[in-house]
Amino acid sequence: MAALVGTEDLSGYLAVISEEGGPRSLSVPLVHGVSIAHLDDRDIVHINRRGYVRTVIRNQSVSNSLFATDRCNSLCLMCSQPPRETDDRAKVAELTRIVGLMDPATKELGITGGEPTLLGEGLLEIIATCKARLPNTALHILSNGRRFWYSSYARKLAAVEHPDLMVGIPVYSDIDSLHDYVVQAKGAFDETIIGLQNLARFDVPVEIRVVIQRHTAPRLPELAEFIYRNLTFASHVAFMGLEITGFAKANLDQLWIPPEDYRVGLEAAVTRLATAGLNVSIYNHPLCSLPESLWSFSRQSISDWKNEFPPECEPCEVRPSCGGFFAWNLNHPQACKVRPVTTESLRSTAS
Amino acid sequence: MKPAFFRPLELFESATSYRLLPFRFHRQDDCVLLTNEVGEFEFVDNAEFSSLVARKLERGDTYNSLKAKHFLSDGDVRVPLELLATKVRTKREFLSGFTRLHIFVVSLRCDHTCPYCQVSRVTQDRNRFDMSVDTANKAIDWVFSSPAPEMKVEFQGGEPTLNWPLVEHIVVAVEARAALETRHIDFVLATNLSALDDRVLAFCREHRIHLSTSLDGPMDLHNANRPRPGRDSYERFKTNLSRARAELGHDQVSALMTTTPASLGRVKEIIDEYVSLSFDSIFLRPISPYGFAKRTGLDHSYGAQTFLAFYREGLEYIIELNRRGVPFIEAYAQIILRKILTPFSVGYVDLQNPAALGTGVVVYNYDGDVYASDEARMLAEMGDKSFRLGGVSDRYEDVMSSPRLQRWAESSCLEAMPGCSECAYLPYCGSDPVQNWATQGDTVGHRPTSEFCARQTGLFEYFFDVLRNGDEFTRKLFLAWASM
Ligand code: SF4
Ligand code: SF4
Repeated sequence: MAALVGTEDLSGYLAVISEEGGPRSLSVPLVHGVSIAHLDDRDIVHINRRGYVRTVIRNQSVSNSLFATDRCNSLCLMCSQPPRETDDRAKVAELTRIVGLMDPATKELGITGGEPTLLGEGLLEIIATCKARLPNTALHILSNGRRFWYSSYARKLAAVEHPDLMVGIPVYSDIDSLHDYVVQAKGAFDETIIGLQNLARFDVPVEIRVVIQRHTAPRLPELAEFIYRNLTFASHVAFMGLEITGFAKANLDQLWIPPEDYRVGLEAAVTRLATAGLNVSIYNHPLCSLPESLWSFSRQSISDWKNEFPPECEPCEVRPSCGGFFAWNLNHPQACKVRPVTTESLRSTAS
Repeated sequence: MKPAFFRPLELFESATSYRLLPFRFHRQDDCVLLTNEVGEFEFVDNAEFSSLVARKLERGDTYNSLKAKHFLSDGDVRVPLELLATKVRTKREFLSGFTRLHIFVVSLRCDHTCPYCQVSRVTQDRNRFDMSVDTANKAIDWVFSSPAPEMKVEFQGGEPTLNWPLVEHIVVAVEARAALETRHIDFVLATNLSALDDRVLAFCREHRIHLSTSLDGPMDLHNANRPRPGRDSYERFKTNLSRARAELGHDQVSALMTTTPASLGRVKEIIDEYVSLSFDSIFLRPISPYGFAKRTGLDHSYGAQTFLAFYREGLEYIIELNRRGVPFIEAYAQIILRKILTPFSVGYVDLQNPAALGTGVVVYNYDGDVYASDEARMLAEMGDKSFRLGGVSDRYEDVMSSPRLQRWAESSCLEAMPGCSECAYLPYCGSDPVQNWATQGDTVGHRPTSEFCARQTGLFEYFFDVLRNGDEFTRKLFLAWASM
């Protein structure tokens, strides 16, 4: 980034973004009259022909993700990024280019979508580029796992030999039809479960993500047992609260379940897996929505820029370790009931 | 965004009726226990069970749970079958790698004359009852003929410390060879601790040898069960236990107890003794029907029901201790609970299906004979060499592929054994052709009159009753034991 004064040598620059107005003739494209206060050194931006500037990588953030595609082969009831049928043929080139521009000191990078595996071999190319250019960056891929039903695809992913890669895959139920309903795709459960087994067979670390909503909440202990017996190899199991955006917002009436209605089941599920030695976390749950026995499993998981607390949290003594809320969840009164934790309230629940 | 249109749940449910996948069942008073090949289980009530087998079970919680645990399938059956196959592989992992436990009987001599002992001799005749270096070297070749990457070498007797230089020789030789072949070997010394001198301790520390010893209970009981000249077995045990722990580390010494008629009625005292000596577990073992135990009639001194009552009282006392904040484990319960509550294989050779004979364990006797299990050589000491595999001069490959060994493996598959093949407890049980032979005169045995089966059945009934009806504390405790 350079302050633009006159007619400096712009070789090595791909484009210029300026807060100042007025067209100028430069040897590279210019976007002018936009705010750049939020941009930092080594951030990566994308500029399209019409002058839209989109921040792709914020170097200071720990939650950067590459959006592999908008397409998806599922249509989850609570999808936070509803899929769109788009032409993503240029995506692989774009994303490998971004990876090439990134700071090699980056700690973590996500790959998400849509469904990244729909890029097929292209996804493997992106991962291979990450391995070459960002060898010290942990890679976390969010996938529905269905493509790994093809063991050849799982084998190819393993063959990239990325040193620090994890695939996060949702399993919503121990019952195939219920899982299929949640993802609105018949046969998805079978594909995902076999996909997980295939990844395990080739030693690709996997994480299982369970989003808790009205349909998945009633069988949490049974789901935990299923995971323990069939997916014992999971490196991590995360139980996640609903992010009220996208479809989840549109379908909130059908999906919302107050945490107090499933805390007993969640406690049984988490203790079962944790006792058995699995690595378990709870995401997207404010501490006051969980029984105290589960607090140690709760992670402050919401990306910095999405995270907020309602004013009622003011007196709460556990706020520094609380995960808080998705900013958009706060627009829904039923989804942001809090019970501030104070020394007195703890004492009264203990007795 | 507008509410999206979603297809209803019914559209995702299978239109076809379900089929049953393989399972076994056990009727109880008010319910039926179902278990499958990989040890998953479910209780259903009698009415549900009748509809289940009549293919009339309605969709609902029971239906769903049975489907999730692969008792029934209403969709593409390849997926449940593939998951079951993976789980079978995991459960039977103990078979991979072949013989993992190698027992060296380095001497038959012992300073004790325990009435239940299967094999030992009080004698000074070293030449007749000690293993020779030559025999040991050949036995070491056997050990390394097994392809297992991780193995355990256990020294037994008699009292193995009475032939200590040979133990040292074997450990050093095995370690050198293991390093060369990048294999991992654990060593266990089964000792009564009475001859534990500084040399033994220093060597055990240097080579990380685990001590497995015997403690039968409080002083009077222990000394009565384990006579030695001077009647000081207990005192020696106690003194040497502290020395051994100080030298080797607290966890490097474990103890086994044997239930004799004199133990009956005293289980709490026995457990208290273990607690006061700060052991963190006890293995409440019945007497085994071999050796002197058989000759002196001790094995018939109490039946399965008597043992079960003893065991239950002990286990309930241990649960009570835990409730009071004293962490303490019963080892046999832990083995069985692992089988019931985890997807993993449990490598305990005395409760294995098929039996561990040769494939899981091999015993090198002091005289160079090779036996298929510890019990097999005990039987041999009584004159019955039916389970002699051969001698250390034979080739491991020849012996391990011999028709005899295959026959034992086949006739010890519970799935093919009368009485066991339909038993709901099969996934958690094991078989012991040697014990069947010793007590019932043939390797297959007869379940209705088998003390072993009566004992196992009683234990399984008890554990499943607790898992279903027990209080939350006990169920959590059992889960914790299973997962340790
Ligand atoms: S009151 Fe607020 S800060 Fe406290 S636990 Fe609840 S959500 Fe977190
Ligand atoms: S020995 Fe008895 S309890 Fe064990 S599987 Fe056979 S019949 Fe069942």
